[in-house]
Amino acid sequence: MAELLQVRNLKKYYPVKSGVLQRTTGYVKAVDDVSFTLHEGESLGLVGESGCGKSTLGRTVLQLIKPTAGEVVYDDKNLSDLSFREMKPYRKELQMIFQDPYASLNSRKKISNIVTEPLRIHKISTIKEREEKMEEILEKVGLNRAFADRYPHEFSGGQRQRIGIARALMLNPKLIIADEPVSALDVSIQAQVLNLLQDLQEEFNLTYLFIAHDLSVVKHISTRVGVMYLGRMAELAPKNALYKEPLHPYTQALMSAVPVPNPLIKRERIILKGDVPSPQNPPSGCAFHTRCSACMAICKEQRPELKEVQKDHFVACHLY
Amino acid sequence: MQISTDKKTQPALAANEEKAISPRLEAWRSFKKNKLALTGATIVLFFIIVAICAPIIAPEGINDQKLPQRLLAPSADHWFGTDDFGRDIFSRVVYGARISLWVGFLAVLGSIVVGCLLGIIAGYYGKWIDALISRIFDIMLAFPSILLAIAIVAVLGPSLKNALIAIAIINIPNFGRLIRSRVLSVKEEEYIMAAKAIGMKDSRILLQHILPNSLAPIIVQGTLAIATAIIEAAALGFLGLGAEAPNPEWGKMLSDAKNFMIQAPWTMFFPGLAIMLTVLGFNLMGDGLRDALDPRMKN
Repeated sequence: MAELLQVRNLKKYYPVKSGVLQRTTGYVKAVDDVSFTLHEGESLGLVGESGCGKSTLGRTVLQLIKPTAGEVVYDDKNLSDLSFREMKPYRKELQMIFQDPYASLNSRKKISNIVTEPLRIHKISTIKEREEKMEEILEKVGLNRAFADRYPHEFSGGQRQRIGIARALMLNPKLIIADEPVSALDVSIQAQVLNLLQDLQEEFNLTYLFIAHDLSVVKHISTRVGVMYLGRMAELAPKNALYKEPLHPYTQALMSAVPVPNPLIKRERIILKGDVPSPQNPPSGCAFHTRCSACMAICKEQRPELKEVQKDHFVACHLY
Repeated sequence: MQISTDKKTQPALAANEEKAISPRLEAWRSFKKNKLALTGATIVLFFIIVAICAPIIAPEGINDQKLPQRLLAPSADHWFGTDDFGRDIFSRVVYGARISLWVGFLAVLGSIVVGCLLGIIAGYYGKWIDALISRIFDIMLAFPSILLAIAIVAVLGPSLKNALIAIAIINIPNFGRLIRSRVLSVKEEEYIMAAKAIGMKDSRILLQHILPNSLAPIIVQGTLAIATAIIEAAALGFLGLGAEAPNPEWGKMLSDAKNFMIQAPWTMFFPGLAIMLTVLGFNLMGDGLRDALDPRMKN
C-alpha cells in the first residue's frame, strides 16, 4: 500500500509556568517523539489511557495545534512548516471528526449552513451545486435531506455525529482523523456509526486515523493498532497480531482488561500498580518501568526505541 | 432507535413535519410566558411611542412661557401642572422622553460597540494585548462610575452631547469584560476547532462563530445598561453637567424644580415618575431577556 502520510519524531510540549514572573519551570510532554506511517486506505487505531496524548497527537498531525518539533509529511511537504495560507489546500484532504457531537456543531446555525460551510470556505462550486452535494452527502450518512433546515439541538447524539461526519466528507478528503467519534454515544448507536464509517471508507477510499480508548471499538474498525503510553508509542502492529499476541507489557495489561462475553471463561488479569505518572515529569528511561512487571535495570536508564521485532510489528521495549 | 449490527447503513431517519425551532424563536417563546418581562416591554414600548409622537401628544411647546400661570397645580388644562415659568410640565415630560431614550440608547450602543471590539480582541488573542486591555478596564472600574462621568464632562465641557459621551465611556469596561469572558469560553468549544479544521480564517471565525454565540449576555446587559444610562444622564443633568437650560431633560427638570419642592411638589413629581417608570421598564425587560436567553434557564 502506498504511503499517505508520515509522522516523524513529532513532539508537543506545553510549557508549565509558575511564580509571579510566569517563568517556565517545566514542560508537559503531551506527545513525546512519536513516529508512524499511514498507508492509503487503512485504518490506524490509536489507543491509550486518558491523558496519554492521543487527541493531542491527532490535532498536531492536522496542525490545529502547532507541534514543538518533528515533521508531518504529506504529499512530500512538511505540514508543520506551512503557513496558514499554504496549509489551506491541504485542509481539503485532511479532515477531522470530533469526539463530542453536542459541542462540535454550532447550535446557532442550521444543518445546511454547518454542512456546506467547508465548501464556502474553500470557494468550491455554486450555491446550487453545494445544495446538491449536501443532499447527496446527507443521504450517504443516513440522514433525511429535509433535516437541512433544522438546528442541531433537534437531533440525537447519533444523528449529530452523522452531521459531523457529513461535514468532514463534503470536501472529499483522503484522510479523516476521527477523535473518539463514538465514545460520547450509546453503545447501540456506536455500532451504527462505526458501520457507517466503514461503509464510507469503502465507498470513498478513505484513510482513517482512529483515536479511541475502547479496545473493542478499535478492534472492530482498525487494520493496524498503535498503543500509546505517556505521549509515546509503546507498540504498533497489525490488528490481529496485536490482539493475538501483544508484546509490550503495557499492551498485555490492556488486553487482559477487555471484557469477554462469556462468564465461564477464567481470565488472568494483569492489574497494573499505581497511577499513570505525570507527563510533566515522566520516569527516566522507559516511561512504563515504574509499573512494569518485567522491569530490568536498563529500563530505568535507557529509553527503548520503537523496533520492528516481527514483520510490521513494532514495539518499544527492552525485552525484545 | 433500534440496535443494528448489520453492515448496511441505517436508512434515512424519518423527518417529521414540525417547523424548525431556531434558538431565537425559542427565546421569544419563553420571553412571552414571562408576565413581568412583558409588562417591562410594554412600558418601554409606551415610552418609545411617546417619544416618537411627542409633537402630536404634547398640547404645548416646551418653551411656551406664560408667566401669569406660574406653578399651577395639575388640572384639566395642565395635566401635570406648570413650572415656575408657566410652562406645561406634561408637554415637557413628553418631550423629555425623546432626550432620555436617545441618550440611553446611543450611549449604550456606543459602549457596546467599543466594549465588544476591545473585549473580543482581548479574549481571542490573549497574551499581552489581553493584559493591556484588561488592566485599562480595571483602572476604569476602580473609579466610581458617576465620578468618572463627572470628570469626563468637566474635561469636555457641560453639554448633553458630552454627557452622552461620558456615559458611553464609563460603561465600556462592563461590556468589554463581559464579552471577553464569553469569548474565552466560546473559543475553546469544539466547533471552533472544527471551523479551524476546515480552514477558516481567524477573522471569519470571530465574526461567524464567536460573536453570535457571545451576544446573548450583551443584549441582556445592554437593556439593563440603558436603565442606568438614563439615571446617569438624569444625575448629570441634575448636577448641571448635562442638558442645557431650556431643554426638558428629566434630570434637569428635577434640578430646576427643587427650589419649589414644598409649594409645587408636582414640578418634581412628574419628571421623577417618568424616570422611575422608564428605568423600571428597562429593568423588567432586561431580567426577562436574561431568563429567556440564558441557556441554564432552559428546561
